[in-house]
Amino acid sequence: MTNIELTVNGEKRSDEVEPRLLLVHYLREVLGLRAANVGCDTTSCGACTVLLDGKSVKSCTVLAVQASGHEVTTAEGLSEDGELHPVQDAFRQNHGLQCGFCTPGMVMATVGLLAENPHPTEAEVREGLEGNLCRCTGYHNIVRAVLAAADAQAELAANSGVSA
Amino acid sequence: MIPAPFDYISAQSAEHAIELLTARGDDAKLLAGGHSLLPMMKLRLAQPELLIDIGPLTELAGVSVDGADLVIGATTRHADLAASALARAEAPLLAYAASQVGDPQIRHRGTIGGSLSHADPAADLPMALVALGGTMVVQGPSGTREVAADDFFESYFETALRPDELLTAVRVPRQPGVPWGYQKFVRRANDWAIVGVAAIGGRIALANMGPKPLRATVAEQALTAGASPAEAAERAADGTSPGEDMHADREYRRHLARVLTRRALEHERG
Repeated sequence: MTNIELTVNGEKRSDEVEPRLLLVHYLREVLGLRAANVGCDTTSCGACTVLLDGKSVKSCTVLAVQASGHEVTTAEGLSEDGELHPVQDAFRQNHGLQCGFCTPGMVMATVGLLAENPHPTEAEVREGLEGNLCRCTGYHNIVRAVLAAADAQAELAANSGVSA
Repeated sequence: MIPAPFDYISAQSAEHAIELLTARGDDAKLLAGGHSLLPMMKLRLAQPELLIDIGPLTELAGVSVDGADLVIGATTRHADLAASALARAEAPLLAYAASQVGDPQIRHRGTIGGSLSHADPAADLPMALVALGGTMVVQGPSGTREVAADDFFESYFETALRPDELLTAVRVPRQPGVPWGYQKFVRRANDWAIVGVAAIGGRIALANMGPKPLRATVAEQALTAGASPAEAAERAADGTSPGEDMHADREYRRHLARVLTRRALEHERG
């Protein structure tokens, strides 16, 4: 067993884990955070996407020990004071989901994408989400949701600039 | 899928990692981003008893200039290499190749040293290093040696690295402003190349046209002898030994090599 110390959704954690424990299993089974799904389990589908130090990663291909000393954010950690995160809200408004299995990964990949590129073109959104598969093939509304989220975040930033 | 049990040690330095490798030999594997190794461990294609984590060693990461070379630390992640202003200016082909690996999540974790040590003949960075005439900097118990990219890759997933050696950095010649081409043919997003071609300065490298990234030497010689890009590209598949799989048979791969080489020599990207 190896001791890991990390921050998950803003909360400090310290746990004894087997080195072979995957980050996604640590999140789901040890912490009970079940937003990140195990889809393909082969680094292809992106359903397990979470943020590691603010960058999107596939948590089925990261060991929990590799996350020690770092900050993990899951979809559970996005909303503040009961308010949906702008990306979550945009997915809801634009019906950016059908069965919903890929959605937590899509949302986290989008949060990561918009942090790197706050004003993506439609082509950049499609390329930015190439690591996330939707087997309902609901890509059209997902892309619309991401573009809407970019606009909403820009508006929020502008408004906070005015009030400050 | 869960990997078989193993011991885990976070290396304190490159020397510490080499000490552990020397002591444990074939039972140990180096872990950096883990994006080639962990999938293999899940499938039991690899079953090391010890993982030596070099991912956190900041001394092994980063892009810098040393004389006529650009030096890239082994644990530099693909996303960081792709975004590096230095790499984009001094070795744009290499930065572009890094931007073509997998998908954004994979590029946030995978490292150049890991991809090169894994030596998948269909991968982007091994082909790029061969096209660029790069050099691998390898550290072992008795010191450091340099291996030319042409000699580093030996066969499918086999390199000149010995069991007690660590790839610490790669060097590529600085070539700002030199025209280059990069072609990667895939059927699915985030996939490996069915065939890939990278060309710069009269050198042409091919991905997935044999058991390792190959030079298209006959086409290179044609270029040197004054052939046009289209004429030289007709010889791109000469001397290659592509495999067959569900994506392509041998003749189709040879056809792709010729077409993609012409496009690469015309300095097209993507």
